[in-house]
Amino acid sequence: MNPTEGNLIEVRGLRQTFGGQEILRGVDLDIPRGKTLVLLGQSGGGKSVFLRHLIGLLKPIAGSIRVEGEEIAGLDERELEPVRRKIGMLFQDGALFDSMTVFENISFPLRERGLRDETEIRRKVREALELVALSGQESKMPANLSGGMRKRAALARVIISEPSCILYDEPTAGLDPIVSDTINRLIRRLQSHLHVTSIVVTHDMISTNHIADRVALLRSGRIHFEGTLGELHGSPDPVIRDFIDGRSHEID
Amino acid sequence: MKFPYSFPLTRAFSLYMGQASLLAWEAFTSILAGRIRWRLVLRQIVEIGFGSQAVVIVTGIFTGAVFTAQIFFQFNALNMSTAVGPVVSVALFRELGPVLTGLMVAGRVGAAMSAEIGTMKVTEQIDALRALAVNPIDYLVVPRAVAMMISMPLLVGECIFFALSASYFVATRILNVNSVFFLHHMESYTHGKDMVMALTKGFVFAVIVAIVGCQQGLSTRNGAVGVGRSTTDAVVISSLTILMVNFFLTMALNIVFPAGQARY
Repeated sequence: MNPTEGNLIEVRGLRQTFGGQEILRGVDLDIPRGKTLVLLGQSGGGKSVFLRHLIGLLKPIAGSIRVEGEEIAGLDERELEPVRRKIGMLFQDGALFDSMTVFENISFPLRERGLRDETEIRRKVREALELVALSGQESKMPANLSGGMRKRAALARVIISEPSCILYDEPTAGLDPIVSDTINRLIRRLQSHLHVTSIVVTHDMISTNHIADRVALLRSGRIHFEGTLGELHGSPDPVIRDFIDGRSHEID
Repeated sequence: MKFPYSFPLTRAFSLYMGQASLLAWEAFTSILAGRIRWRLVLRQIVEIGFGSQAVVIVTGIFTGAVFTAQIFFQFNALNMSTAVGPVVSVALFRELGPVLTGLMVAGRVGAAMSAEIGTMKVTEQIDALRALAVNPIDYLVVPRAVAMMISMPLLVGECIFFALSASYFVATRILNVNSVFFLHHMESYTHGKDMVMALTKGFVFAVIVAIVGCQQGLSTRNGAVGVGRSTTDAVVISSLTILMVNFFLTMALNIVFPAGQARY
């Protein structure tokens, strides 16, 4: 199959509740193969919750999630493992293992998948660190890294196992503009060179303008808008305009 | 059936028992399926077994010493001071050794397990493991449970050895009990089945500490406060469970290994 044709993931009628509150009220969304889809929405609006469903970290109360045509909503932890080998996830704070060095963290997926050749492991870790501009930080513990470095090290841990799809949970949140730009360029490069499908959850419009092939806006637990970046900017919808221009309607 | 579940405590207890049983079952099936990471097991043995030795040795020495002194004060009034040895020995093998080791390890290891896994849970490290297609039961629970099952019987044995050594020293050097009679009576009344009972209890307590510690860690919520609560609960629940299970275990094991007569 052509790496840029068709949908990699198809979500239909996805619903989720926490503590009686309905977070997702029937989300329908197609994630095109080999493209970068940015999911916009307000903080606390369920974007990260949606993302977690795509890799089986949360089970929906209703709805369907198909990854390459395979329904994953009802799979148990062990049945989900093949899906998780195809899809990587960058967590908001990196979620590096704090008992391991940067090198051990990044080599972890390789060892877990049975690679035992130390020379090969070192080469791959070095390449991954070069890609995220973190060369020379192998022996540091995560606690001794800055927020941006932690996030980049976590990204190196994701890309080292060469997934066909990467889920990014707020990849530029809390980072300075320079580091944000590094991460944006990296997401772009992975998409253009390796045809990695990316789903980026963010509320950062600068980042969105830089990386998005398609954009979706999650509002009140449903997809309010889905289209290209041009269609988003050309939309007269006041909800979209407020989001793009960063306007609230609260009384000063 | 509404009645028992209408009490919040009953519901919480049922929920807890369900979660702990499920975790124990998943860990058990993983072990049976051979999904044991021996490198992690060895690391845990060093942390759990090797690292708990000082606590267990000090507990053993002073329990043996004080128990010997108390028994001597009572028995000496009846001119039965040479019976101190067998009483101390049988009590240590059948009850004090395994229970005190279990409680000390629950305090040290159960708390550490719960805190470490709980911190991983609230910082999304457990989700990161799952996202990397690594089962947290296989990676975190099984190595700790297997390491505990190997380490605890050895720690119980170590505790009893140091307790008996302290008992011999206190009885014969401080309280002037005849050493030949002390050792002879101790040896006569202590049987292999007492040792089997000690090791069996140690094994069962290992499972309790590991499952309670890991279950509390995996169910941690609400950040640092939640980690603190889980850690406290892990120690309290595993200690109380050890004391309660010990009674039923004693009654059951006494049928298999009845308290014995002297071998003369």
